Amino acid sequence: MIIAERKPIAEIVEMTRDHEKILVLGCRGCVTVCSAGGEREVELLASLLRLGAKKEGRKIEVQEGSLVRQCDKEYVDSLDSWNGEYDAIVSMACGVGVNFIANLRSSTMVYPAVNTTFFGGSPEQGIWTEQCAGCGNCVLHLTGGLCPVARCAKSLMNGPCGGSQNGKCEIHSEVDCIWQMIHDRLEHLDRKEQMLEVAPIRDWRTAGHGGPRKTKRDDLTI
Amino acid sequence: MSDFTPDIKAFCCHYTSQQTCAEGTEGLKQDGFPGSVSLFRVPCTGKIQVSTLLQAFEDGADAVYVVGCPVDGCHNVKGSQRAAKRVGAVKQALSELDVEAERIEMFHLERGFHPEFVAVAQEMDKKIKKLGPSPLKGESA
Repeated sequence: MIIAERKPIAEIVEMTRDHEKILVLGCRGCVTVCSAGGEREVELLASLLRLGAKKEGRKIEVQEGSLVRQCDKEYVDSLDSWNGEYDAIVSMACGVGVNFIANLRSSTMVYPAVNTTFFGGSPEQGIWTEQCAGCGNCVLHLTGGLCPVARCAKSLMNGPCGGSQNGKCEIHSEVDCIWQMIHDRLEHLDRKEQMLEVAPIRDWRTAGHGGPRKTKRDDLTI
Repeated sequence: MSDFTPDIKAFCCHYTSQQTCAEGTEGLKQDGFPGSVSLFRVPCTGKIQVSTLLQAFEDGADAVYVVGCPVDGCHNVKGSQRAAKRVGAVKQALSELDVEAERIEMFHLERGFHPEFVAVAQEMDKKIKKLGPSPLKGESA
């Protein structure tokens, strides 16, 4: 899922200072699962915005709402139900949701309430770790299912590098060297000879280095 | 600020507030429990959400505190630990709003009759009288 973290409340108060009627809009997708921008977080942010405004002696009306997803036109269209009730939206969705509202609502001011951080998973409650970089050219079949693009500090295609010590990355003693993990896993699977294959120079155009990416499925478009 | 009477809301679990039930408001008062503190009993402090604590400030509290079981002796195992984490989250939020974080506190007390139950109320009353009204009430803006 997409992982996000709420911005410091002072930053959100500052960016919305000009507005008196705010719709705090959650997303019931990824940010609900990672507890950054679901209905519960909407309730908290709305409360904090009211308190922040009250502290400054400003009047503010805060509406609370959420969409099934903020990354689909059909759901963003349902913003119509709040028409006239706000003059700005504070989106608690990932950056995709903020962009979608901006794309589809030419007259609506929309502000991000979260910092979108990475694609990851939750190994235990309250902890999320990056697992995928969305590079557009998956090599996991070559690396035992462990991603060197997202999980190697240098995104090396042929590792480990000389900074790998005792299974840890040189950037931090708590960070596992993913190439050590790839080696150990392939060895465990009796496939360590895969490590001898030298990966060629990688074409990074699919990773966004060729500009914004787009996927079109002919079977799904009319 | 000497005539300032704070509005302090205290959330106590069923076990740490037994004294309240047994002695009643008048009994507590005789023990020295400050009149500035309003008590709200909950089955377990682990049930208290961050939104509940923020709502107390929205409702005009100058301070809020939570009294739960000892960290390693909660009747519901981890309830008071969860409460402490949520109090911590509100402390962080208050700091981000440039409001004194000590306007919210967590206390872990033994269940039953203990002078500490009154002592922490007195401690909060004294501290908040010194701090003055909550800036979140907007009265100083």
